[in-house]
Parts: sequence; C-alpha cells; structure tokens
Amino acid sequence: MAVLSFVEVSQGKIKKASVEAAYYGSKVAEGLGTDSIAVVLGTASAEELATLGTVGVKKVLHASDARFNNFDSKAFTKAVSEAANGAGATVVVLSFNQNGKLLAPRICVRLKAAYVPGAVELPVFNGASATVKKNVFSGKATAEYQLNTEKKVIAVNPNSLSPVRGAGAAAVETFAPEMADTDFASVVKGADLIVGEIPLSEAELVVSAGRGMKGPENWGPIEELAKLLGAATACSRAVADVDWRPHHEHVGQTGLTIRPNLYIAVGISGAIQHLAGVNGSKVIVVINTDPEAPFFKAADYGIIGDAAVVVPKLIEEFKKQKAAH
Amino acid sequence: MKILVPIAKVPDTTSKIAFVDNNTKFNPDGVTFIMNPTDEWYALVRAIELKEKQGGEVVVIHVGLADSEQIIRKALAIGADKAVRVDADPTDAYFIAAQIAAHAKTENYDLIIAGKETIDYNSYEVGGMVAELLDLPCVALVQKLEIENGVATIKREIEGGTETVEVKLPMVVCAQKELAEARIPNMKGIMGARTKPLTVVPADATEKLTTITSYHLPDKANECKYVSPDNVGELVRLLHEEAKVV
Ligand SMILES: Cc1cc2nc3c(=O)[nH]c(=O)nc-3n(C[C@H](O)[C@H](O)[C@H](O)COP(=O)(O)OP(=O)(O)OC[C@H]3O[C@@H](n4cnc5c(N)ncnc54)[C@H](O)[C@@H]3O)c2cc1C
Ligand SMILES: Cc1cc2nc3c(=O)[nH]c(=O)nc-3n(C[C@H](O)[C@H](O)[C@H](O)COP(=O)(O)OP(=O)(O)OC[C@H]3O[C@@H](n4cnc5c(N)ncnc54)[C@H](O)[C@@H]3O)c2cc1C
Repeated sequence: MAVLSFVEVSQGKIKKASVEAAYYGSKVAEGLGTDSIAVVLGTASAEELATLGTVGVKKVLHASDARFNNFDSKAFTKAVSEAANGAGATVVVLSFNQNGKLLAPRICVRLKAAYVPGAVELPVFNGASATVKKNVFSGKATAEYQLNTEKKVIAVNPNSLSPVRGAGAAAVETFAPEMADTDFASVVKGADLIVGEIPLSEAELVVSAGRGMKGPENWGPIEELAKLLGAATACSRAVADVDWRPHHEHVGQTGLTIRPNLYIAVGISGAIQHLAGVNGSKVIVVINTDPEAPFFKAADYGIIGDAAVVVPKLIEEFKKQKAAH
Repeated sequence: MKILVPIAKVPDTTSKIAFVDNNTKFNPDGVTFIMNPTDEWYALVRAIELKEKQGGEVVVIHVGLADSEQIIRKALAIGADKAVRVDADPTDAYFIAAQIAAHAKTENYDLIIAGKETIDYNSYEVGGMVAELLDLPCVALVQKLEIENGVATIKREIEGGTETVEVKLPMVVCAQKELAEARIPNMKGIMGARTKPLTVVPADATEKLTTITSYHLPDKANECKYVSPDNVGELVRLLHEEAKVV
C-alpha cells in the first residue's frame, strides 16, 4: 500500500499546486499509516525533487525522459498509472490544475478507480471506502463524494490547504516507464506566456475591478495596488467584453474560477455569474458606491465609497503598513 | 468529417440551489434546465463550423431521461444533424463516459468535442474519461481548434498563458470559452429540428464508481464588516491582524 502523488515540474521547478498535492498525499498517507510517494515526469534536478521531503514525501520516482517535458495526457496517464501500479498505490493524488483536470480522469479510468474532481478537504476513510468533500454548483454548495472502489484518485483544488513544511529530504529513485514514441500524441508548437504578471490561476492575492471603474484609462491604481501586494489582476466579464481588459483576466462562470486567499473587488456589482468564479476565495473585500450591491452579501469586508478615492487611499495605507513591518 | 458532441443538461445559472431529503438530493422544484453553456456555445458551434467548412456530420449525444428532449432539440435547431439519447439517469461521471464511449466505438468519429465542465458538478472529467476509454489523444481547456489534413492545431490554456499543440485525429477535445461565438437558433433551424433523427438507445450496464452521500450549503455567510471610506487604514489593519491574509 502507498499513496502516490503526481508532481509537475515546469522548467525544472516543482509547481506550487503540486506541492499542495504532495502535501495532501502525505496527509492521506499519514492517516492510512502508509508511505507518501511522488512521481515526477520530465527534467528536474535531484536536489529540487528531494525538497518534496519537506512536505512528507518519502520517495520520489523520477522519469527524466525528456519527452515528458511537454505535457501529453495519453503518455502521462500511462506513466503515472504504471508508477501507481508499481508502488501498489491505493490512492493517487493530483492537483486540480490545468493539466491535472485532464490527467486525473484518464488515470481513474485506467486504474478503474473512483475519482473526486476538486477535493477541498482531506478524505475521511471508512473501511475500504472514503468520502471527500468537493464544491458543486459553481461554488454555491459542497457535496460529499463517496469513493466506492479499492483504488481512489483525488484531484485537490488549488489553495485548499496550506502545506506546512518540515525538515527532511525525499529519496529520489529512477523510474523508467516503458514508453513508445506513439504514446506521445501531441506535438507542442509553442507557448504564449503572459510575462511579468502573476498567473491569475496561481495567485494568492487578487485585485479585481469592473464597470464601476468607468473606463480602461482608470486602471492605473488597480494595477499599482496589485503590484504593491504582489497580487494578480482580474476583472468582470462586462469589462472584458468591451475590451477594457484582456479576456484572460475575466473571472466567473464563463471565465476562470479562482480561490485566492484575498479577493479585492472594486466597482463590481457581484452578479451571480461573477460570484461563481470567486466565492471560494478565503477573504473577500468589496469596494462599491452602492450599499445595495449584491457583492456585499458575499463580502467579509466592505467599503461603501468611490473607487477613485478609496483605492489610492488603500495604496497609501498598504505602503505605510509595509514600511512599518 | 464525423464529429460527436456530448451535451449535458444543467440548472439555469440563476437557479436557486436547494436540497431536500435530508440534504441528499438537489431540489429541482421551480428550476429551469438548460443545455450546459460550454457545450452549447463553444463545443457544438465549433463542431458545426468545422462541418460547414469541410463537410461531414455533427451528432450530439446526451445521457439522460426523456425530459431532456428539449435541450436535444435545441442542439438540433442550432445545427447538429442528428442526436442520440442514452436512456439513463446520469448520476456518475464514469457511467456517463462509458455510455458515450460505447456509442463512439460503433461509429468511427474523427473528432469528439465535449465541454470542459458542466456548471452544476464542475468536474472536468467526462471528456478525459471518454478519451481514455477509447485510447485516444485528448487536449482540454481548448480555446482554438483548426483541422487540416487530419491534423488538429489547438490552442489550450496552461498556467499563465496558452500553448499550441498539433495532434493527429481521431481525438477528443474539451472546449472552453473563445472556441466559438454562440449561435441563436433561427426559425428555419427550429422547424428543421423537429424532423431530424433522435435515436433513443438503452444504457450499457456499467457500475457507478462514486456516490454522492450529501450536499451542504455554506453556513450563513459571514456578515460583511463595513469600514468607513475615511478610515481605510482600518481595512489594512483588519486584513493584516484579523484575516491574516496580507
Ligand atoms: C450566462 C452568463 C454568464 C456570465 N458569466 C460571467 C462571468 O463569468 N463573469 C462575470 O463577471 N460576469 C458574467 N456575466 C455577466 C454578469 O451577469 C454581470 O453582467 C457582470 O458581472 C457585471 O459586471 P460589473 O460588475 O463589472 O458591472 P455592473 O454590474 O455594471 O456593476 C458595476 C458596479 O460598479 C459600482 N460602481 C459604479 N461606480 C463606482 C465607483 N465610482 N466606485 C465604486 N463602485 C462603483 C456600481 O454600483 C455597480 O455595482 C454572465 C452573464 C450571463 C448571462
Ligand atoms: C441525483 C444525482 C446524483 C448524482 N450522484 C453522483 C455521484 O454519485 N457521483 C458522480 O460522479 N456524480 C453524481 N452526479 C452528478 C452527475 O452525474 C454529473 O453529471 C457527473 O458527475 C459528470 O460530472 P459533470 O456534470 O461535472 O461533467 P463534466 O465532466 O464537468 O462535463 C464535461 C463534459 O462532459 C459532457 N457531459 C457531461 N454530462 C453529460 C451527459 N449527461 N450526457 C452527455 N454528455 C455529458 C459535456 O460535454 C460536458 O461539458 C449526480 C447527479 C444527480 C442529478
């Protein structure tokens, strides 16, 4: 028995979302009294991989085959499943991030394992079965999924739990799954990365704004506040639709779903379709001139006021706070 | 080119979410059901566009009971050529995927375009499961899809940007926003939809791998704490000391 987590590397570095998955895997392993193992596909240094020990991973199975440097769902499914079978894993944990969202359901079919997509808490075991909580109805409710099979696959929602780092280094072992060239179905032609900005899907802090800003020329303070906090910027669909902001910033039911620690919404009314993408945020701050704006019902902190006045003040106060600490 | 589009039925986005029977069942009272927006706006429309350009056929498949007829007819009105309904209550993703895969095995589709997720269970899983059951390549979170000489050129979302990949057909694609512009069915489409073939087939026996045991609505949301616009420093203090997020 073992718990296997799939850890993604990008440019040789472990992804933050995968650290959470490995930590989650270690917690499950601890509960079951078994070992936490990780599998890594693609180029990475042994020193980098050994750091998984700090989140409880005992052993890392590393397939350094360079063909894994590009994601291919078919090839990755085969390799991770082989690692799971080889390690006798009863639970496989992945991040519910871009690649995990596709990889996990494929692995679950291959292992004939029950799967919970987007777990927000640790599983509760009850004999051979387990229940895991996940968000449903775009964050408006949660459901308990009971996993009925011996093998289980869990994809963890990013930002659901904060890894506590300890001491320790994981042992890194070579893993050589049997891969044919035909297993790799996709040929990567190029990537288009938004540089210099924090990817919204990974951000812990997000500053977001909507139609209350009155025009694209007024986004300066929003960007300044985000930069000061090390936050990503987001927006409502209404402003992306009129090209005040790029579409990749739009959050909500038809845009990105995010779960940052802090979501600051400026001049956004809080339509139900917008809330669907952000109501998993830990803390929500709303700044709006309208005391009746629906967003205040979902907010933890609110300021009823004009964005043009409040945001610059907020920048000043955060600067003061930074200087004091 | 033969394209299959799996479509799901979901509660309308503005539905009141409530549960009954001791929080074990979704309460459908007063809820309007619609075609899953991602399936309707992006997956289906892109399939129709590809057919319009290159010829072929678009088939929609839905796993659900007879009360789904309306959304299936809508898909036909938008421009699908025929429809298949697998007659079963869809209560497990693996079960749903197995039905779609069983149908696809008999039909030799060049392309299957599913939605990335439904707006009720938000699982992002059916497309990937279908691909694995058919041993096909699959790319998800797809924003752009062109087909030329049996090769798909795809733009997909990755962390912090997009990536372009090429994949040989047949394959499965999971669609998301930007893939197409939604189409509204016109009168001709609506009339035509009535006579397009809709085949109802029984479900394959497949076990359910999961069971939802209960649902929960969030505890009454925290009362919003208001801070005066003249005292913004207080907000910074609360975020630092109370919420501990900055
Ligand atoms: C099927 C469907 C899917 C959708 N998907 C999404 C989605 O994914 N994401 C999304 O965001 N929307 C989505 N929408 C649109 C959504 O319903 C709203 O129309 C949209 O979110 C409104 O954007 P907004 O809050 O920026 O604008 P508005 O609703 O116009 O709100 C502007 C707010 O700014 C406030 N304001 C005005 N002046 C100031 C000022 N000086 N200072 C501070 N506040 C001020 C106003 O009081 C108001 O509350 C969807 C709609 C549909 C029908
Ligand atoms: C009473 C009830 C009980 C349920 N119990 C469970 C349970 O125990 N376990 C469980 O996993 N789920 C359960 N569900 C949820 C339901 O079966 C989900 O539809 C399923 O889990 C798939 O997840 P999803 O809808 O999020 O689809 P996603 O994987 O998010 O959907 C992706 C794409 O797959 C396609 N698709 C999805 N559903 C269908 C369909 N029915 N027909 C054709 N294509 C489709 C669409 O293209 C869609 O865009 C229950 C639902 C109900 C109403």
